[in-house]
Amino acid sequence: MNRLLKNREFWLALAILAVIVLVTFRFPRFAQASNLLTIFNDTSILMMLALGQMVVILTRSIDLSMAANLALTGMLVAMVNAAFPWLPIPVLIAGCILVGGFLGAFNGVLVWKLGIPPIVVTLGTLTIFRGLVFVVSGGAWVNADQMSQDFIQLQRGAFLGLPILSWFAIVVAGLMSVLMTRTPLGRAFYAIGVNPTASVYTGIDVGRTKFLAFVLSGAISGLCGYLWISRYVIASVEVAGGYELTIVAACVIGGVSIAGGIGTVAGALLGAIFLGVVNNALPVIGVSPFWQMAISGAAILLAVVLNARGEKSKGRVILRSAEGVA
Amino acid sequence: MIDPILTLTGISKSFPGVRALHEVSLELYAGEVTALIGENGAGKSTLVKTMTGIYQPDSGEIRMGGKVVTLPTAHSASDVGITAIHQETVLFDELSVAENIYLGHAPKNRFGLIDWKTMRREAQATLDSMAAGIDADMPLKELGIAKKHLVAVARALSVDAQVVIMDEPTAALSQKEIEELYVLVDLLKQDGKAILFISHKFDEIYRIADRYTVFRDGEMVGKGFIKQTPQSEIVKLMVGRSVDQIFPPRHAMVGERVLDVSGLSHPTEFRDVSFSVRRGEILGFYGLVGAGRSEVMQAVFGLTRPSAGTMTLAGRPLSPRSPADAVEAGIVYVPEERGKQGVITGEPIVVNVSLPSLKRTSRSGFLRMAEEFRLARTFTERLDLRASSLSQNVSTLSGGNQQKVVIAKWLATDPKVIILDEPTKGIDIGSKAAVHEFMAELVAQGLSVIMVSSELPEILGMSDRIVVMREGLVVETLDNVDLAPETLVRLAAGIAEERAA
Amino acid sequence: MTETSLHRRLPDRLDNPLKSGLLSWEMLLVLVAVAIFVANSFASPYFLNAWSLSDLTFNFTEKALIALAMALLIIAGEIDLSVASIIALASTLMGLALQFGADTPVLVAIGVGVGIACGAFNGFLVTGLKLPSIVVTIGTMSLFRGIAFIILGDQSYKGYPASFAWFGQGYVWWVISFELVLFAIFAVIYWVLLHRTNFGRRVFAIGNNPVAAQFSGVRVDRIKFVLFCLTGLMSGVAAVLLTARLGSTRPSIAQGFELDAITMVVLGGVSILGGAGSILGVVLAALIIGLVTFGLGLLNVPGIVMSIFTGALLIVVIALPILWTMMRERRA
Repeated sequence: MNRLLKNREFWLALAILAVIVLVTFRFPRFAQASNLLTIFNDTSILMMLALGQMVVILTRSIDLSMAANLALTGMLVAMVNAAFPWLPIPVLIAGCILVGGFLGAFNGVLVWKLGIPPIVVTLGTLTIFRGLVFVVSGGAWVNADQMSQDFIQLQRGAFLGLPILSWFAIVVAGLMSVLMTRTPLGRAFYAIGVNPTASVYTGIDVGRTKFLAFVLSGAISGLCGYLWISRYVIASVEVAGGYELTIVAACVIGGVSIAGGIGTVAGALLGAIFLGVVNNALPVIGVSPFWQMAISGAAILLAVVLNARGEKSKGRVILRSAEGVA
Repeated sequence: MIDPILTLTGISKSFPGVRALHEVSLELYAGEVTALIGENGAGKSTLVKTMTGIYQPDSGEIRMGGKVVTLPTAHSASDVGITAIHQETVLFDELSVAENIYLGHAPKNRFGLIDWKTMRREAQATLDSMAAGIDADMPLKELGIAKKHLVAVARALSVDAQVVIMDEPTAALSQKEIEELYVLVDLLKQDGKAILFISHKFDEIYRIADRYTVFRDGEMVGKGFIKQTPQSEIVKLMVGRSVDQIFPPRHAMVGERVLDVSGLSHPTEFRDVSFSVRRGEILGFYGLVGAGRSEVMQAVFGLTRPSAGTMTLAGRPLSPRSPADAVEAGIVYVPEERGKQGVITGEPIVVNVSLPSLKRTSRSGFLRMAEEFRLARTFTERLDLRASSLSQNVSTLSGGNQQKVVIAKWLATDPKVIILDEPTKGIDIGSKAAVHEFMAELVAQGLSVIMVSSELPEILGMSDRIVVMREGLVVETLDNVDLAPETLVRLAAGIAEERAA
Repeated sequence: MTETSLHRRLPDRLDNPLKSGLLSWEMLLVLVAVAIFVANSFASPYFLNAWSLSDLTFNFTEKALIALAMALLIIAGEIDLSVASIIALASTLMGLALQFGADTPVLVAIGVGVGIACGAFNGFLVTGLKLPSIVVTIGTMSLFRGIAFIILGDQSYKGYPASFAWFGQGYVWWVISFELVLFAIFAVIYWVLLHRTNFGRRVFAIGNNPVAAQFSGVRVDRIKFVLFCLTGLMSGVAAVLLTARLGSTRPSIAQGFELDAITMVVLGGVSILGGAGSILGVVLAALIIGLVTFGLGLLNVPGIVMSIFTGALLIVVIALPILWTMMRERRA
């Protein structure tokens, strides 16, 4: 019980529940299963992106280029689909993951081999990727009528009553949770964030592990590139503009520590869902959508303040009487 | 004649400006404990890092069971069967005890995934076999320093290694825990493992080691069987000169009380600490590593806020909220971690020295470089700093000279009380003597000095009175008159208490 | 006699300041700036004209003003991603005041005041509550601009008085704009502050080693708080200039300014890890970015493509010295 009360994910889940209950008091239809599933589906892409960002942040890095990566891969896949409509969608998805992973690897190499701080690298690649969207498209849009029906309809299909898009999020979340808790690589992401020096002594290659974190976040961005374009059926330079910070926000709200080493799959998912629920609740209770931005800003600040209280070190444990209660 | 399991021959390792190891050799034998002995800076830790794949030797050969091996990474070292018990700093605070023990070699299930259940069970079994009294599920950060040490030992046991390196494993342990560790070492010996035991403590070495190897200034200067070698000979090898360390005579007149500390407490670090320092006095603080001495000093210096207790400085109440407050009041602190807390590497000597005195060297907030150079020159020359110019970057100075920069920085502020935390740790003998002489000079001028030290000769040779701390509590305050070293060791390790219990 | 003297006299310095100045990062930036200038004048016949050059300065002064303060903040090891949102909020509140009939001095006071208040809020969260600045300012980035959206929605404020517009459009003398003069004055002020005062010395110390600086009696939190306030102040000033130049306020104003300002700072040789950098470098970097954007603009290259150049410039400029040392070490 004590452990549960110390658990960040527990409190966040409670907060989400509270928002849902409060809104439902005034609008009973809000808590209907169908509406909640819609919210889940709407948030699927953010959930996946937040998981990718979480891995990077765990390793004491940050990936600001995720949204630009998404826009670039999304534009590429839309153009390929427009030019070669006969290419099967699974091939396109695999291509997106590869291209996204490659863009992530570019970030990763600069961080690993040249030791450039991640924030500088991804700040640079953020503008480069975004600019490349314009270069490859010539500034033109790819519209719904240029995309094949398969391309658009795949994620809208349903399986066991859930849209395929939601299934993508569920599968990615499942794979990530296995990766992070049950594989040496997943534990290495945590280890190098908690204590890089000790990681070297344990035989973990810190640089290579960071590189892989960037490849992973890139691959997820690539996958989401296809999902985003086929969901909003338009590919343009502005796609997901400024979204990189929403992704970071989801992680921060989900209790991922920017100092590295702390964060869970469940937390990142809940962070994304929290933003999704709030965004969906606003129009329902009649608040202008212009409140969205300020609310997510306030939520980030509140989350950091609360998390920091939990993480605050109380000094070394020297007194015997203090052991086990720190 | 049995063959050694591990043989190192002709190992050399240099860093820019420093020759850390020169053509050293070492042999370790199955079922035997070899003690590696040497002063700070003799090259012991560099050798350990070379053996565990952290550093690559510039030349030389490592043979494991007769076969030449290379150790490009820490992983390759554990693959060939070498494991090390490092100090607490190389563990993971945020992870559980079980994961700290098994990180990098966790048990896997048939799908190749980490098997947490087995991991927890086996970690708990290992801990229980050591009678550690630690719950494997607990986050490591909730453990005290001694228990973290036991986790490090458990980690080494969990690896199936032929060679176990123990790097000062008893530094932070109480006498009871040390006895338990000896039992573990015996178990490892019976298991046929070769153990390299690094320690400063002679009683310990004579108690458990079979062989010894002595390092001095990066070279191997002697080896043999411990039972056939008198202690004096090993000491001579270690120091390379006559054994008696000479401490400067002091002619200070001990005057009125300057700093009074009473009932100082902190939630996890120390409780009810009281002491006072008088004008012209050197007050020594002795204890094991991690006894809470530095933490008390940091509270006095305003770095941490005590939860209870009062302090007065020259009759006026003192409650510094930051080091800046403490410095203004006249208390300065020379920290133990010179590189991280003492000097600002990347900045020149002059900038380091003038930093706390900028108010005096500047005019209405604007820098006056000529004044800064004058100030820096005055105090660095008093300490006989060895540097090419005052604009030299402090990161290029030796440890002893960096320490002189830190002390010069504080003397320039004209303090009342100077706190020195392990002032001669890791610096060469020449600089050591210079620091000691300087301390004597300071108290002769009427300053009060508090010296935290884990080195017995230094504590006994320099202090007027000695405060002994253990596990965050003050055990005893003694006048340094005809004190037997054993008395201090006994108090610091808590032996008297164990017998009474 | 020197052998018998107990203490050797330590010289102040051994290296030649002139020589180290010639080999510095700033010198490299000067060369790059000159090269781009020459390339521009060859590429377009319209470039070498007093009025074109004057137009050029409008390209970067507002961002560069922020970069001056941001440089100090980054040297001290912190960062502020909320600067563009501070502009949005300050501009919106100025527009709101305009609706209540505020005149020019009041508008300026509101713009600058809101800037300082936002900076102080960031500073309090970072130093008072001990939170990492990158997360705090990602949060306030949404919060500040979010408040602007709540106030303004998809509307805009227009109708600023002519005396106010002068701040963004006026000329002090011939082709010398008010914005440029203001930037020059602030550049000098920040140069003195960083390189010639105790405050600047402490900023460097904090960035190099915050722990050792604190152990040396530097009031780390107080200085960081002031730096956040300064960054807020400069964002407020930029808000006044930008609003005056555009003549209107939308909540989406100044989008992306934070990344441009940080790029200037890093390109100017300020270490993103803190502890090193110069104001001269930042000024030169601002000039280079201004020249590149303006030059490409003359060649009708769209803005979004130019961002590829800025992004690549940022990475290449930082990667090259690292690659250079790596190659030299390999050869040695």
